[in-house]
Amino acid sequence: MKKAKTLEELKNATWKELPIGTVNPDPANSLKNFTGTWRSGKKPIFKKDTCIHCLFCWVYCPDMAIIVKDGKVLGINYDYCKGCGICEVECPTKPKSIEMVKEEVTLS
Amino acid sequence: MSKIVTLNGNMAIAEAIRQINPDVVAAYPITPSTSIVETVAQYVADGLIDSEFVCPESEHSAMSVCIGAAAAGGRVTTATASQGLALMWEMLYIAAGLRLPIVAAIVNRALSAPINIHGDHSDTMGARDSGWIQIYSENAQEAYDNFIQAFRIAEHPDVRTPVMVTFDGFIISHSLETMKIEDDEAVKKFVGEYSPVYPLLDTDNPITVGPIDFTDFYFEHKVNQLEGIENAPKVIEEVGKEFGKRFGREYGFFEEYRMDDAEVAILLMSSAAGTAKETVDELRAQGKKVGLIKLRVFRPFPARKLAETLSRLKAVAVLDRATSPGAEGAPLFVETRSALFDYPERPKIINYVYGLGGRDITPEHFHQVYRKLEKIASTGKVDQYYGYLNLRE
Repeated sequence: MKKAKTLEELKNATWKELPIGTVNPDPANSLKNFTGTWRSGKKPIFKKDTCIHCLFCWVYCPDMAIIVKDGKVLGINYDYCKGCGICEVECPTKPKSIEMVKEEVTLS
Repeated sequence: MSKIVTLNGNMAIAEAIRQINPDVVAAYPITPSTSIVETVAQYVADGLIDSEFVCPESEHSAMSVCIGAAAAGGRVTTATASQGLALMWEMLYIAAGLRLPIVAAIVNRALSAPINIHGDHSDTMGARDSGWIQIYSENAQEAYDNFIQAFRIAEHPDVRTPVMVTFDGFIISHSLETMKIEDDEAVKKFVGEYSPVYPLLDTDNPITVGPIDFTDFYFEHKVNQLEGIENAPKVIEEVGKEFGKRFGREYGFFEEYRMDDAEVAILLMSSAAGTAKETVDELRAQGKKVGLIKLRVFRPFPARKLAETLSRLKAVAVLDRATSPGAEGAPLFVETRSALFDYPERPKIINYVYGLGGRDITPEHFHQVYRKLEKIASTGKVDQYYGYLNLRE
């Protein structure tokens, strides 16, 4: 029996095609798992004019969804942002540089 | 050269561990298995083996260490008993689910309450659905032989399932017995080099172990797991035969004692078989057609093979050293009776629970059972299918 090797093969595998012992031979695949699809109702909007680049949002984000380059916040990666809102809560600027806004959700 | 020595069951297991020299031994001492762990710790301290010896704060952690070490790619073993095995409970399922070929020596001991340190099978019977292979041993020799074979069975590419080798607390673990220890090199050669599949330390081929499955794949992974234990019978048989060829003591799923023309028989496991054999000899000398079947492999349960042997009898008594509260009899009885269901010709079958908390079972009790079986065989009637032996009632 040929065993599934890639994430794509794993997703389509029958029980016989799964590697033994729950092993996933295509690791670090959370990159391929778009947790942004879990967002329900609200999404963060980044406002670069007031941002002081303290990186609190980056530190607190549980999904590494804050895009940072050379110490500067560039925006939100919506592929992985689950919409928890920690970034908005932790943002120290007044007004907030990240604001949670209503988002229409399309169920797929 | 093999040598004849006088050892108790625990020392015999420690000897096997010394000969096999596993990568990791992680264990927490508990009566009556303590001297296995103690002796292995001494072997490590004396430099007789280079196993990594880990003594964590509980049996739960001991099994967790075993799981981590086995997932990393090591050959791993442990020993425990009773409450210790009970504390390992959730980790047992994880070891089996991750298909890690851990071998554990379990010295059978009663479960609390009331607290008791003596032998019965409540502990391993509680683990019978954990996914582990279970091999029961009659004496120290069998414990030693089974323990060596267990590595070959667990590590076989078609099986990759943990194995527990059990023997009765104190009766076997602490009683001296004359037995054969095989040559170190011969044992090492029989067990062979271990080559893990999907070792976590193979950084060239990274993997994830034990990820979460929701409703989408848990079912598939569990059925995938069962393949290992379903492949086990063929491997258990092959390894038992090869062991016989190499060392002169062959093993199967069960031992048939004077069963050739037997009309009635007792089915049981572990140390009580010795006393039962004495009784069979006495009754055979009187011309009675009685026999004994000693089951060695409880998981996977050799249902078909056992039923074929039993189906030609007139009456069978299944003796359990554990109860299954609220069930239609004790564990071995329930399995055996179910195995016989599809056979049009099947014996009358009764169940006795004996020896809880280490209560003695003597020839007198076996005589009592055989008398009952003869009565059932001659009348074809069972007045009571469940009872207790040597209980104050």
